[in-house]
Amino acid sequence: MASEAQPADGRAIEVRALAKTYREVQAVKGVDFDVAAGEVFGFLGPNGAGKTTTINMLCTLVKPTAGSATVAGHDVVRERDDVRRNIGLVFQDPTLDSYLTGAQNLKLHAELYGIESSLVAPRMRQVLTMVGLWDRRDTAVGTYSGGMRRRLEIARGLMHSPRVLFLDEPTIGLDPQTRRSIWSYIRELQQREQITIFMTTHYMDEAEWCDRIAIMDHGKIVALEAPETLKAQVGTDRVTIQTDDDDAAIGALAERFGITARISEGAVAFGVPEGEHFVPRLFSELGMPIRAVSVSRPTLDDVFMSYTGSTIRDAEEDQSKHRNRVMMQMMGGRR
Amino acid sequence: MSTTTETTAMAPPAGALTVEPVRVTVPKHSVASELRAIRIVWRRDLIRFVNDRVRIAASLVQPLLFLFVMGSGLQAISSAGTHGVDLKTFIYPGILCIAVMFTAMFSAASIVWDREFGFLREMMVAPVRRSSIVIGKCLGGATVASTQGVIMLLLAPLVHVPYDPVLILGILGLQLLLAFSITAFGVMVAARIKQMQSFFGVMQMVVMPMFFISGALFPVAGLPGWLAVLNRLDPLTYAVDPMRRLVFGHLSISPAARAALDPGVTWFGWHVPALLEAGMVLLLGLVMLAVAIWEFSTSE
Ligand SMILES: Nc1ncnc2c1ncn2[C@@H]1O[C@H](COP(=O)(O)OP(=O)(O)OP(=O)(O)O)[C@@H](O)[C@H]1O
Ligand SMILES: [Mg+2]
Repeated sequence: MASEAQPADGRAIEVRALAKTYREVQAVKGVDFDVAAGEVFGFLGPNGAGKTTTINMLCTLVKPTAGSATVAGHDVVRERDDVRRNIGLVFQDPTLDSYLTGAQNLKLHAELYGIESSLVAPRMRQVLTMVGLWDRRDTAVGTYSGGMRRRLEIARGLMHSPRVLFLDEPTIGLDPQTRRSIWSYIRELQQREQITIFMTTHYMDEAEWCDRIAIMDHGKIVALEAPETLKAQVGTDRVTIQTDDDDAAIGALAERFGITARISEGAVAFGVPEGEHFVPRLFSELGMPIRAVSVSRPTLDDVFMSYTGSTIRDAEEDQSKHRNRVMMQMMGGRR
Repeated sequence: MSTTTETTAMAPPAGALTVEPVRVTVPKHSVASELRAIRIVWRRDLIRFVNDRVRIAASLVQPLLFLFVMGSGLQAISSAGTHGVDLKTFIYPGILCIAVMFTAMFSAASIVWDREFGFLREMMVAPVRRSSIVIGKCLGGATVASTQGVIMLLLAPLVHVPYDPVLILGILGLQLLLAFSITAFGVMVAARIKQMQSFFGVMQMVVMPMFFISGALFPVAGLPGWLAVLNRLDPLTYAVDPMRRLVFGHLSISPAARAALDPGVTWFGWHVPALLEAGMVLLLGLVMLAVAIWEFSTSE
């Protein structure tokens, strides 16, 4: 895309007070953020947080109710075609033609985008090789495994050399190994093609692969930082100890260190700043034998917990109850 | 699948990073890009049809049942009224219409499916107009349905209808027209419906009555008043009637039989010309196409 100027400040995405309301549901309640060119930006949040709605607005599929956004320097409402030419999108749900082969799927895509025909074959070879599907290009997609389909969709999203690639839950439902491989493609891609990647996930551990992550809950961004910074903000490390008398240990912790501990998964667990430095004191001052101890850095789960007050799983349960209720209302009320 | 593919996929191939990426550009929006999009949607429908042998067979079953089972079964009790003409010959023009109808309906149904799970969503983010997608879809449905129509056309000699170039071209033209309009109707309905079952529900509710009322299975003269009114309001009537006139124009039968079996549609005693009838089908198709385009352009 040499013919088009990058936004002067090197921002791939700019979002201002973007909001979307569907009848009774406020899916996105006014979000602001920027994504730098070349960044891997993660959107993290429980089911129903508004991640897909935000992506849909950025990809010009859904008109915002309020606010504005630019992608690759173009306004998502006024310059829809220009935005579309510069983005790739991998949907949350698969959208492949299963009766076509992998290569045929990519070819349809290339034609739809008007890619010069002499470049289609080399480009296809490149993207398929990158996701490890070159050997399988001539088999029907119906015979692919879930992970292969996902990789093919990523390859398809890349066919037209987009400047910004949107990935909506690219790893959902995949086993940990395949998830890791998808992440290594994403990382490789970002280096090789110099593109900006905007992706959503609700796996906490994946957020660590991102340069920066935004935590979204109930349509709002509650935190936006590099994963390390977010973890540092939580502040405390998690210490678990095993003793012969857990109740006594909890009492002793409260009495001598002023720490509130609780039993978690059969051990006494609590949070302290700088856990490694606390362990020696613990041994000398607790006044009772400790059989085992472990210290772990805060995870993004803890981060999510500290910003939203619930674990991501609790949040999802709430949401699904809410969703069922809304569904019932919609089914009763319309059509 | 083989496990080797999975494992080699884990590590990016050696040297991949050193290769300069092939950069492609997406041209600016133009008329050419829209025409291309129409062609792609159209071609995809054909590929899909060819790949779906079950669908090809399924949409042949109904017309064949009507033609041969009903046609032969009722022959004995109807022979007095048909003036010696085979009942199968009489209903053949109607069958030529419904064969196309069912296929066009299936073709439009795929849009519901594609919207949730398939390529249609992919197309929605491509730099092309939604109108191109809808037009491509209607042309695709029309082509596929006409292919199906050709199979029915091949059966002509079995029902004592001669092969005649003019007749064949005329039938193909009418089938194409009808298939286009029915697909446009289906796409228009599909734009508002998210579930396959409800789509087929609506189609059954609309298409079956349309078929029965149209006069595909009975002559349109001398009907009871209420049925005559419904028949004249049924758009399908105006596809079946020219088809029957066309076919009967190539048969050598007695004038009495012709008058009884092919009376032609009348409005308050006025014989509606076949060309006007075909024009109405086309116009209706275009109106529904416009509505479908409007629906898809405004939907999210
Ligand atoms: N087309 C729609 N009509 C009505 N409500 C919608 C629509 N799309 C989304 N919503 C509602 O907006 C809210 C946010 O949905 P969204 O799909 O953006 O969440 P998400 O963060 O992507 O969740 P998930 O992790 O489940 O994909 C939900 O409450 C959802 O029910
Ligand atoms: Mg989502």
